[in-house]
Amino acid sequence: MKHHHTVSILVNDHPGVLQRVSALFNRRGFNIDSITVGSSEQPGMSRMIIVTLGDDRIMHQVINQVEKLIDVVNIEILSEKPLVARELALIKVEAEPVKRPEIMTLAEAFRATIADVSPDSLVVQIVGDTEKIEAMIELLHPYGILEISRTGVTAIARGRHRL
Amino acid sequence: MNESHLLSQDRIPGSEILLRSLLLEGVECIFGYPGGSILNFYDEIYKNNELRHYLARHEQGAIHAADGYARSTGKVGVCVVTSGPGATNLITGIATAHIDSVPLVIITGNVPLSMIGTDAFQEADIVGMTMPVTKHSYFVRDVNDIARTIREAFYIANTGRKGPVLVDIPKDVTVKEAIFVWPQTIHLPGYRAKSEIIKEQIDALLVALKKAKRPVLLAGAGVIHADASNELVELAEKSGIPVVTTFLGLGGFPSQHPHWVGMPGMHGSYAANMAIQQADLLIAVGARFDDRLTMNAAKFAPNAEIAHIDVDKAEIGKNIATTYPVIGDIKHVLNYALPKVTLSSTDNWLQTIAAWKASHPLRYVDSDEILKPQWVIELLHRTTKGEAIITTDVGQHQFWTAQYYPFTRPRSLISSGGMGTMGFGLPSAIGAQIANPDTLVISINGDGGIQMSSHELAVCAIHHIPVKVVVINNEVLGMVRQLQEVAFEERYSEIDLSGSPDFVKLAEAYGVKGLRATNKEEAEQAWQEALAIDGPVLVEFVVPSSENVYPVVPGGKALHEMMLGDDE
Ligand SMILES: Cc1ncc(C[n+]2csc(CCOP(=O)(O)OP(=O)(O)O)c2C)c(N)n1
Repeated sequence: MKHHHTVSILVNDHPGVLQRVSALFNRRGFNIDSITVGSSEQPGMSRMIIVTLGDDRIMHQVINQVEKLIDVVNIEILSEKPLVARELALIKVEAEPVKRPEIMTLAEAFRATIADVSPDSLVVQIVGDTEKIEAMIELLHPYGILEISRTGVTAIARGRHRL
Repeated sequence: MNESHLLSQDRIPGSEILLRSLLLEGVECIFGYPGGSILNFYDEIYKNNELRHYLARHEQGAIHAADGYARSTGKVGVCVVTSGPGATNLITGIATAHIDSVPLVIITGNVPLSMIGTDAFQEADIVGMTMPVTKHSYFVRDVNDIARTIREAFYIANTGRKGPVLVDIPKDVTVKEAIFVWPQTIHLPGYRAKSEIIKEQIDALLVALKKAKRPVLLAGAGVIHADASNELVELAEKSGIPVVTTFLGLGGFPSQHPHWVGMPGMHGSYAANMAIQQADLLIAVGARFDDRLTMNAAKFAPNAEIAHIDVDKAEIGKNIATTYPVIGDIKHVLNYALPKVTLSSTDNWLQTIAAWKASHPLRYVDSDEILKPQWVIELLHRTTKGEAIITTDVGQHQFWTAQYYPFTRPRSLISSGGMGTMGFGLPSAIGAQIANPDTLVISINGDGGIQMSSHELAVCAIHHIPVKVVVINNEVLGMVRQLQEVAFEERYSEIDLSGSPDFVKLAEAYGVKGLRATNKEEAEQAWQEALAIDGPVLVEFVVPSSENVYPVVPGGKALHEMMLGDDE
């Protein structure tokens, strides 16, 4: 069965780690929807969050293979348990002055903010899970979207549990 | 060895740090080829007399020699080359070692740091190119990191599931100086060299074993890598279980042992393949269910529950669903299990297997006029009592070796199993002979594969490395010919090797004795002469082109659906 999986990987901050990890996913035909990397709570280590679509059984094999990489300290499929997943998107929308209030009201309804205003465009900044962001984009479409920039999903397990 | 002169904390260049680090790791010899980016290290080799260096004639020869050294000893093989083409010439050798879990440390020079990424002369991103075929790799940017990197590289290469580790060092990093500090500890968060054995997993398997009526042990190369052959023998004897060994597992269980059934797989014996297909419990020990072993995986061992003992968790369930996974070092696992194992009532099962062996032995149609390749392999076995180290190249001769040279000791068969790399046979024998100067080393090759590495005969001659190089000359790419005969209705496409050089003259050109045999009498004579010569010899055995390897399980078929061969 094919599913979306969210994987959390704690890695040493060494060059090439990203390349090694993504290569193992690619080899088994997993498309990486998004990948985010940032520093973690442990000095010298980064946390990588990968969202990918693929077969469940092969997923576990890939996880075992990634776990073998010398620079991988820990790995877990977050999406097998309750998790918090968030993404940030910056959406540049065409906005003549008359349209602005409308767009701003829409944004407010999504708890999005306006990150930049120019004479004929706005940048909407929204944080949320992937569905929320897709919904925002959908609603902004009629105004004319000029550009979208998304961070990809970062995620963490709910509760006290830590990787 | 007195190490104090190596350990002293002097300010020395990176090249000397590298040399000292290798010596501190216990390296006696390295295989390599110099060039611009690695010259500072070669200058250290020139000045030093503790480290022997063997100059190959092609970098691939160097790395296969390091591989043969490692496979025949269990020690880390070391290979050193220059940047760019020197490094890229290693890729086949790295892949060959990686897929067969052979511990190597490969050191490549690179262009100076300031020129990295500029497409400089002889620059290659060898770390990037080899990522999928190395266990790990390093790009060393700081002279202060060399000693630690070498220490880690050796540790990673030869622990857990073994494999090649590449260390790429820019030229200026070998020139810069630093205080030599040999790290006392290794800090690798995230690297689990040894996972603790999980007793519950083993206990569960032992319960299943008690119930099994037709258990089979499938021993792979992992048994040899873990030095666990004795434990395996003890397990087979205490439990009464018959044993089959994979191609690379040959020698891991003594073939003369009454419990040894044979080698299963594509060219496996009838009894070994039937034992797997009829087993009710198949216990794989350090074997990775390669597709040449399982053939049609969906029809593999259809009556058996599968148990799998392996150091590498990623192998479990990869190709074959496993009921009893046991993760851990094989020696530790077997040592835990042995006191708890009791004799199963397998007498009926052993009798069934013995009957299969008797009714379907390996066979070929011999001849008194011409030399049969299988007979040649039997000759090699008869005259060496199976005590030699045998390396092979890739092709039909490789399987005839597996079938007609019964191996009795671990590390006595050295062959490229996973990659099937032609050109491996001769250089790997050079490495094995250097590591085992007092053991007879025989390299068995086809007339195709020998021509991928015959230049390494120079190394044999110059260093007086007494490898007996056998060329089974059938004037074709035999393995391909066999596939084309069966699967392509005898449309023989580009397999003709007639017009190859005169192998006797080729050997002599390198200063190696050359001999040829075209019938049994000549063969006995030439081979006895070869054995008597104190030095390298090439012996060419001229055999027919049309001989096929049997049994063979055709592609897509199950193990029991094998073709048994030509009838008399
Ligand atoms: C480097 C490489 N190229 C191609 C192959 C494919 N291949 C496998 S066996 C074989 C024929 C080998 O012929 P030869 O060395 O004469 O040995 P024989 O099969 O006749 O014993 C070939 C071409 C290979 N295994 N390795």
